[in-house]
Amino acid sequence: MPSPHMTLSADDLAPLPRTEAANTLVRPSLSYWEDAWRRLRSNPRAIVSLGIVVSLLLFALVGPLVWRVDPAQQDVDQISQPPGADRSATVAAPLAPWRPDGRAPDAPVLALDGAATTQAVRLVWGPLPGAERYRVYRNLYPAERGQAFGMPLAELSGQEVRAFEDRLDLRPQTWHYTVVGLDARGNALPDFVTLPVTLARVITAADAVARGMADREQDLPPGTVVKFALHPLGTDYLGRDLLARLMHGAQVSLFIGLCAPLLYILIGVVYGSLAGFVGGRVDQLLMRIADFVVALPFLLFMILFKIAFGIGPGESGIMPMLVALVLLSWPASSRLVRGQILQMREEGYVGAARLLGASSPYLIARHMLPNTLGVIIVTLTFAVPSAIFTEAFLSFIGMGVAPPTPSWGSMCNEGIKSMLEHPHEIIFPALFISVTVLAFNLLGDGLRDALDARMRSRE
Amino acid sequence: MTSSGTSLDRAALKQIGLLGAGAIAAIAGLMYLLAWAADSTGTGSAVKPAVDPTGRTITLLLREEPPQLNTTLATDQVSSFVLGHVMQGLLRYDIDGRLEAGIAERWTITETGATFYLRADARWSNGSPITAHDFVFAWRTAVDPASASQYAFILFPIRHAEAINSGARAVTELGVRAADDLTLEVDFERPIAHFEKLVAYTTYYPVNEAFYRSTNGRYGADYDTLLYSGPFMLTRWVHGAQLRMEKNPHYWDRESVRLDVIDFPYLTEDPSTQVNLFKDGRIAMTGLSEQSLEEALKQRWHINRFMDGSVFYTEFNHRPDRVTRNRNLRLAIAHALDADELVNKVIKIPGFLTGRSLFPSWLQGVDRTLREEYPVPQRTPDTAQARAYLALALDELGLDQLPPLMLLTGDTPLSARQAEYYQARLKSELNVDIRIDKQTFKQRLAKMTSGDFDLVAAGWGPDFNDPLTFGDLFASWNLNNRGRYANPELDRQVRIAQASLDPAERMAAFGAIQQIIHDDVVIFPEFERGLVYVLHPALKGVVRRAVGADPDLTRAYIEEG
Amino acid sequence: MTLWRYALRRLLQGIVTVWFIATATFLAMHAVPGDPLMSDKAVTPEIRANLEAKYGLDQPLHRQYLIYISNLARGDFGISFTQKNREVNDIIREHFPVSATLGILAIVIAGMGGVVWGALTALYRNRLPDTAIMFLVILAISVPGFVIAALGQLAIVGLNRVTGIPLLPVAGWGSVSHMLIPALVLGLGTMAYLTRLMRSSMLEVIATDYIRTARAKGIPATRIFTHHALRNAVLPVITVLGPAIAGITTGGFVVELVFAIPGLGRYFVQAVQQLDYTVIMGTTVFYGAFLVFMVIVVDLLYGIVDPRVRLE
Repeated sequence: MPSPHMTLSADDLAPLPRTEAANTLVRPSLSYWEDAWRRLRSNPRAIVSLGIVVSLLLFALVGPLVWRVDPAQQDVDQISQPPGADRSATVAAPLAPWRPDGRAPDAPVLALDGAATTQAVRLVWGPLPGAERYRVYRNLYPAERGQAFGMPLAELSGQEVRAFEDRLDLRPQTWHYTVVGLDARGNALPDFVTLPVTLARVITAADAVARGMADREQDLPPGTVVKFALHPLGTDYLGRDLLARLMHGAQVSLFIGLCAPLLYILIGVVYGSLAGFVGGRVDQLLMRIADFVVALPFLLFMILFKIAFGIGPGESGIMPMLVALVLLSWPASSRLVRGQILQMREEGYVGAARLLGASSPYLIARHMLPNTLGVIIVTLTFAVPSAIFTEAFLSFIGMGVAPPTPSWGSMCNEGIKSMLEHPHEIIFPALFISVTVLAFNLLGDGLRDALDARMRSRE
Repeated sequence: MTSSGTSLDRAALKQIGLLGAGAIAAIAGLMYLLAWAADSTGTGSAVKPAVDPTGRTITLLLREEPPQLNTTLATDQVSSFVLGHVMQGLLRYDIDGRLEAGIAERWTITETGATFYLRADARWSNGSPITAHDFVFAWRTAVDPASASQYAFILFPIRHAEAINSGARAVTELGVRAADDLTLEVDFERPIAHFEKLVAYTTYYPVNEAFYRSTNGRYGADYDTLLYSGPFMLTRWVHGAQLRMEKNPHYWDRESVRLDVIDFPYLTEDPSTQVNLFKDGRIAMTGLSEQSLEEALKQRWHINRFMDGSVFYTEFNHRPDRVTRNRNLRLAIAHALDADELVNKVIKIPGFLTGRSLFPSWLQGVDRTLREEYPVPQRTPDTAQARAYLALALDELGLDQLPPLMLLTGDTPLSARQAEYYQARLKSELNVDIRIDKQTFKQRLAKMTSGDFDLVAAGWGPDFNDPLTFGDLFASWNLNNRGRYANPELDRQVRIAQASLDPAERMAAFGAIQQIIHDDVVIFPEFERGLVYVLHPALKGVVRRAVGADPDLTRAYIEEG
Repeated sequence: MTLWRYALRRLLQGIVTVWFIATATFLAMHAVPGDPLMSDKAVTPEIRANLEAKYGLDQPLHRQYLIYISNLARGDFGISFTQKNREVNDIIREHFPVSATLGILAIVIAGMGGVVWGALTALYRNRLPDTAIMFLVILAISVPGFVIAALGQLAIVGLNRVTGIPLLPVAGWGSVSHMLIPALVLGLGTMAYLTRLMRSSMLEVIATDYIRTARAKGIPATRIFTHHALRNAVLPVITVLGPAIAGITTGGFVVELVFAIPGLGRYFVQAVQQLDYTVIMGTTVFYGAFLVFMVIVVDLLYGIVDPRVRLE
């Protein structure tokens, strides 16, 4: 390298021989998109988010092909099972009608009549002093005097009836049954009898075959142990497979979350570029209309449109929601695009192209839209989470998709009611919503940094 | 930031700390300011315990606010609950659910009319006496077509009421008059066996004419636009936020009232909020949902149950253009559905009883319950039989495959769940497709009225304690017969039940109606609704009942110690 | 003066916009299938006719529209269908202040919280406090509001149980203690958003030349932070507060439902379920008008406060 202290000679001023090397670029030329991709790749957060978005799409589209469980398949014997619950059951004979006459003991004790299974628990007891009627309770804890006896199952009408068949929501666990005598007015007497009962999970051979747990009923003599179908994420309130429902719910939620923004941004782009390019009176008028729509209170009109469109019998209600979202959301992106176009109209290269005889459609298509595409993509990415949240919110107030169509929002709405008893029913759908929203937000950040130098944030 | 920035760092941290403290102070200040502003408009309420023995006060929640409290217009359950505490009619219910003297001290009922003798000491909450004129005015107002009361029909046993309500006669022609201040005379349109059960109903409560006129059409819109005739009176009503009842010092039977204040500072339908409030010791009573039942067990609360008297069923559309008009199809569906499984596995609330009939099990017959005197035939689920009936139905209808059936249902969580269950069940048992049509309350009613359904999830709650409150539901002229079922034999039995004064004959008619509804599969009975609820251990004397104001707190008290 | 002419023009535009909202609401409402006069007990045709006459539903649609608009012009929203003797004006007057209180509080919490947390994270960039706060911020942005609200309520129950004294009420409205958690839950999403904004804005400002200059000049660090860094970093946060107000007022629905707060949002949801025409229309038009005029006021204020903003 030449240094200022060097003394110059005549040779130094002689021209260098012409070489081609000086004109070649050291680095390959990068197009806008290549540059953007390079930037995005160097942002680990954005790349992870992109990966998540792609896996969510795979989950929704390919998932149901891999996990071939019908999301509408109910199983009343597997209601609200958490993930990893014990799935084994013993084959038993079908429940025969019970004739408890004469089976009640004479001593004041509580006894089982037959085995206690998830089909039924049949209780008989002896007369309690002074009792006109009886009330049967079931509890998680052993009965103690002065403590609560648990949930009252039934009140029997008369002194003679001293038998009760419990079939309410039986699960393989230990219950403590208690029978209390009542006086004529229905007040509890001090005496009670109690019995701890451990229930065995059973299934009839016919039911097992119907559920595909075996091929023929003959293969299932009573006493055989069979296994219920596997539900990796547990089941919901009607015994439906949560994983399958999440996959089909993903289709609904992502469909709304992606299609609605795509559609309204498309409308916004056409509308906005028209307004921005034509300008003048037309622009004024178009923007005034957009202002009107912007002024409509979003959620209120969302609800209003939802009930105005209505959901017919058997319809899922996805389309009305989509239409309402599009109707209310397009002006924001049209404003954005119009602003960009207006700005670009004044740029030198547009003027130059015009001088060279470029037509208006060519100008829009070749110069203006590609230059706004970055902004549009970023807007789109940030619009997805808000569309997904809107769907979830509408489901929460009961204005979402119609049953039996699953969506993450409606699954959350069902799950939140039992969040203490069956947390898995809220955790999984909520997790999917959160992860999706988060991934799109972070991806949006990354895209903004990569695509638009002016909007670049410093993080 | 680099290491050279530490002085700025430290300064900044200090500043942020100060800023944060300032922000907290500002927010706190703002909160007090807003609370003060809110209090001056009357929304304020301090956090109170569930029961307060010294103030003889209990705190409860209301599921929703009463739309309004004009007794001649009230239709809903919440209004009926509030009005049952602050108003009283001629008769009232005792703790065992039997009728006893209310504002009327004694009464006589004949085939042609009734006479009620009012107590001389009955007073409105402003101290003025309650007279027979107040009843005449209330009843005339209720049947006046200008009031457009939806419960006017309950007064139709009174002479000319129906004609007045349709505009054919003048209001003054109503068959009720005040012979003197304390004697009320009623003429009947036709003989009626259950009139005394009717007069305990809300629409029959008295209204003071002078006061009514002084409110300029806002009677019952606020606590101060009402005069109270019952054990309590409203002393506060902040719309959407809270209600407060205090003991009515002018109530004739004030000695029996053992609570001074019943406070309702919470209005919420959200079951988890309700349970959270109870768990936190804020309210003295709450209902439990299927989801909160397990929590209640874990908390070792004393759980109570009771039947609220209503019956739920799937109603078929019997209009000529509907496939559900085919009896074999209805039989197929009735054999495919399993009400036991619905109650035990899907609803899972212990208070519920499997539905067997339109007439719930608690209704009284002549000597024992109606159910015991006229047992219901049982129909057990049977897939093979259901499929056989379906084949017959398809044959009769001339179809190869049944078109999808529209199942109209409401927007409560339970009804949606039930519809999904039915859909899957009918698909697996009969291979019949069900299209669920979930609608909000009013839209569902509109569709029910216009007949835009094949199956509809419906229910019926009793207005008065007589089987007739259910019995005439499927009479061909009843507007609540949304499926337009028409059967001359059933109509004939309803007329007997309405007109006869002989209890045995009436109950036989109800037995016949029950049999027709079963044989012709007019409806598929699902369940009788039960409720499970928890009470604060110190709160006693709460009465739950199927007919009338429920829960009844007029005789409730706080047990000390 | 141009400001006055500008204000007048905006006001006129605002009135036209409100008319548009009212018309859109009217048309949407009358397209709704169903019937607000239905009740669970069927009524006779005579009673029905009386009810229709009472609410003017017996008139042809264009007459109904004219009556509705002329009533609206006089500020009269009509009588509720469910609360048969209560005017919609009363309903709005009683319930809107509750929603507004909650909204104002949420905005203030969100704004102040956003600034404080944002500044803190910028200061501790890429160190533990930054990571921890940004993690919470991400949670607050990505978890649906109704889940946060339900968890908030559970947290109150838990807190009261652990301490054994009723520190905070679980639900209801009326005192200072009723406001805290609902407002916090309502403002949480906005606060998280503002924290991110404040953080990046702060980082940008700290790296600017004028901060470096100020330090080189030997200005005390405290003064640099408050007068130069914070003041400039807050500007972008303030500009997004306007749109956030609209979001929070309607976002109050969920919080009002979960915490049993008698606000207008909860009322609206109930009115929709009951198909209460007049309440739905009144509430929507009122909210729309409120937002339209809020935007005008905010724009005018910007014009006055910041001379760089050109009034269009």
